[in-house]
Formats: sequence, structure tokens, C-alpha cells
Amino acid sequence: MFKLPIYLDYSATTPIDPRVAEKMMPFLFEKYGNPASRSHAFGWESESAVEEAREEVARLVNADAKEIVWTSGATESNNLALKGAAQFYAGKGKHIVTVKTEHKAVLDTCRELERQGFDVSYLDVGENGLIDLEVFQATLRPETILVSVMLVNNEIGVIQPIAELGEICRGKGIIFHVDAAQATGKVAIDLSSLKVDLMSFSAHKTYGPKGIGALYVRRKPRVRLNAQMHGGGHERGFRSGTLATHQIVGMGEAFRLARLEMSTENERIRRLRDRLLNGISDIAQVFVNGDLERRVPHNLNVSFAYVEGESLLMAIKDLAVSSGSACTSASLEPSYVLRALGRQDELAHSSIRFTLGRFTTEEEIDYAIKLLHEKIGRLRDLSPLWEMVQEGIDLDTVQWAAH
Amino acid sequence: MAYSIKVLDHYENPRNVGSFGKEEPGVATGMVGAPACGDVMKLQIKVGKDGVIEDAKFKTYGCGSAIASSSLVTEWVKGKTIDQALDIKNTQIAEELALPPVKIHCSILAEDAIKAAIADYRKKHGE
Repeated sequence: MFKLPIYLDYSATTPIDPRVAEKMMPFLFEKYGNPASRSHAFGWESESAVEEAREEVARLVNADAKEIVWTSGATESNNLALKGAAQFYAGKGKHIVTVKTEHKAVLDTCRELERQGFDVSYLDVGENGLIDLEVFQATLRPETILVSVMLVNNEIGVIQPIAELGEICRGKGIIFHVDAAQATGKVAIDLSSLKVDLMSFSAHKTYGPKGIGALYVRRKPRVRLNAQMHGGGHERGFRSGTLATHQIVGMGEAFRLARLEMSTENERIRRLRDRLLNGISDIAQVFVNGDLERRVPHNLNVSFAYVEGESLLMAIKDLAVSSGSACTSASLEPSYVLRALGRQDELAHSSIRFTLGRFTTEEEIDYAIKLLHEKIGRLRDLSPLWEMVQEGIDLDTVQWAAH
Repeated sequence: MAYSIKVLDHYENPRNVGSFGKEEPGVATGMVGAPACGDVMKLQIKVGKDGVIEDAKFKTYGCGSAIASSSLVTEWVKGKTIDQALDIKNTQIAEELALPPVKIHCSILAEDAIKAAIADYRKKHGE
């Protein structure tokens, strides 16, 4: 049997794999040396653990360990990459390109760069959530210095055409940053062939601890950044601050396990995801948000038309999932990502993101399917929109009293 | 979001869910809100010849607070005259359900639904 609630929110965060936690433990106890201490064995021991972890992070993405800079997480990596590159290359131009469906850590950083005098273009995506390469090409200008596109979208799990975008950017001498927080362990990443200059990583989306991440900074051709955190000159001056040895060790082990297990794990998770999708596809008016083919195997984002997201979350409280609808905040705004797909508001308001992971079981998925059938039916019996649609009324023709 | 016990009770066991035939004598309908805003309430009242609301039904698309607010007003309007029903204020609904500040709009919508239903009744009956 399984415990309730069932965790289906692996894109928010993952539990730490017990093997990772075990590897971290000694660094919380006897192995407490500062990896920057060069004068004694405590420091040497920690330094070697940090470098071993750096190797593991690099190995997962086929990079050189010297290209990995530790940060506190993907948000910091995105900040360092975007602000650092924009400020360093500002003399070449002031134009930056990103996408409307990026994570807030990129979008809000771009807003800050606009305040610093940069000009940012926010690309639209198609209704499948993917960038159109021609639209992208047309957005580039002679003064474009930086492009930032995520590899895997956090809400709808679609995989952007990073390889093609990289070719275009490299051809024009534009620095290309990729937020890969949601991608590690989900899709193969080969930085020896991808023309990516900067890539952000997070440990806690891949069964590692929270509070640790990394930024890949390409050495050939060399990419320069203005540091955003000043101090003792750690991480070759890119990011000062005493290294969090235990967390770094955890990230290294988590990424090592991801490298070894991702192919078998992803197949298992894909089967469960497809089981969930098949199990709910007999419910009327269910729509998958985002491309189903170009998508990570663990993500299913669906809209249950004519049922409001927050009340659905209440109804299925045995499932720990998240709603694309931000109705739980004061804003009452539906998800900006689903809006960018051109989803009607009522569909954007009724979306649920299921993200499966390493510890998800078939029994849990079957329970979820059963629960969804029950609760969607109940909420639709309560829904005036559903009733109107059953009566054949086109909701777009109704004069609503917006409030 | 932490909901009060009363909201949860109305959400789990909503009172008076359903619809009357729009052409039934004495039936009037108020529909307020918009799908784009994430809430739509349909409140129907059935008014007797003496001007007393004999029965009420609702259907709501919206969050738990919106469902609870509309469920509550169906209970409150029953047995009231239409003038008495017009005296129901959103603050009373919000207080009864202990709605948090971000959910006050749900109680406003429920008050609007009562007004809309009564306006429909008056239009149909030439008042």
C-alpha cells in the first residue's frame, strides 16, 4: 500500500535519494574542513570531495569539470549567467532575447537588466509551447549579445530545440544561455556537441539537496562573466563564498546516479505517465497542455475544461500536485505559461500539473486515475459552464459580467 | 490555502445544487462572474405568489470559497421575501464563512448573484 497524499509534484522538488543523503552525512560530521583551506588535511579532504562532485556534474552533461561553477541553485545560476554576460558584453550591444514561457528566475532577471538599460525581446511560443526557429531568427539583431532559452519547461515539460538555437547563436557570435534545471536526468545533454555557452543546473530537481546548483561556463570558445558575488575569489572569481561541501557532495552523487540510471528510470516513468494519461483520457473535455512528443517523460499537464483549478486541487487533496492556475495567490491570474500557449482562460484556469518521479508506483497512479474520475464528475455537476455546454451553448457568445 | 471548517463543509456537502427549469413559474436566474476571472455563479430562486422565496438552487464554477459562498446563500434566501433577500450583504457571507482577505471577492459575487436573480424576477414580473 501507499501513503496519502501521493506525491506527484517532482518538478517542484524531488526527495533526496537515500544514497545521496548517506554520501552527504560525513561532511556534516567529521569531514568538516573548508575546501579552501590549503594548509591541512581537513581542507584537502573536503577539496577532493568537492572536485570529485564537480567531475560528476560535468560528466552528466559531457563537459569539463573546469567549466562547472558552484552556486546556490538554478536561480542564482540564471542571475549570474544573464547579468554576468550582459554586463561583460554590454560594449558589443544591449539586446537580449528570451521566451515568454521561461521561469521567473530568467524573466525577472531580464526585467532587472531592462532597468539597467538593456533591451529585452520576449519571444512567443506556438500552441505546443515550442519556439519557432524562424520567429527566433527574425528577432535577432546585429546588437543582440545574449539569448536565454530553457531546455525543459517547468510547467508543461516541453523540450525546446536547443541544438538548433545554439547553431544560430554561435554563427552570429551571440552568447547562448540555457536553463537546464528541469532537464538533468530527464533528457541527455551533451555539451561537447551542443553550442551552448552557459547552462544552469539545480540539485534538488534531480534527487539532490536544496540550496545547491551549478553554472556551466564554456571555456572553448571562452565565455566571460562579470561576477555578481564578490569576496574571497572562490570558483575562479566567478562566485565567492565558502563552498557548501555537504551539499556539493550531494549534488555530485545525485548527478552520478542520474547518469547511471536515467535511461531505465525514464522508461519506467514514461510508462507510468502514459498509464495516467490513458486512464484519464476517457473523461470528456480533457486537454493536454504542450507538445506530447517533444516532452520529458515525467510531465503531464492537463486542463479539465469547465472545472476550476483551485477547487479541483481541493477535491483531489490526496494528490500532491500543482495547478497552473495561480488562483491560490491574490493575483487570480491563470498561468502565464498556458496563456502564452494561447489557451483560453477557462482552460488555463483548470490546468493541473502532474510530475512523476523515481518513487512513483503503479498503485499510486491507479489511485490517482480513480480519484480524478470521481472528482471531475462531481465538480462538473456543480459547474454552470458544464451545464451550458451540455445544453449546446457556445460560451464564447455569452456576455459575461467580468469582475 | 487553509480554509475554515464552514467553507470545507459547504465545499464537501454543497446545499441545493442543481437547476430549475427556466420556464417554471416563479423561477428567476442570476448568473454572475466570468470564466476568464475563474468564477461563474448561477443562482436560481423560486418565488411563491406571496413574494417569498420558496426554494433556491445554484451551480458554481470557481474555487472552494466561491462554491461555499453560493451554497450558503441558497440556504439564506429560502423563506425570505425578495426585499429581505436583498438585505444580505457580502460582509455577512464573508464573516459566516471566515473567508480570508483574498477570497472576499467570492462573497461579493454571491451577493451580486442574489441581486441578479431578483432583478431577473422583477423583469419577468413587470415590477
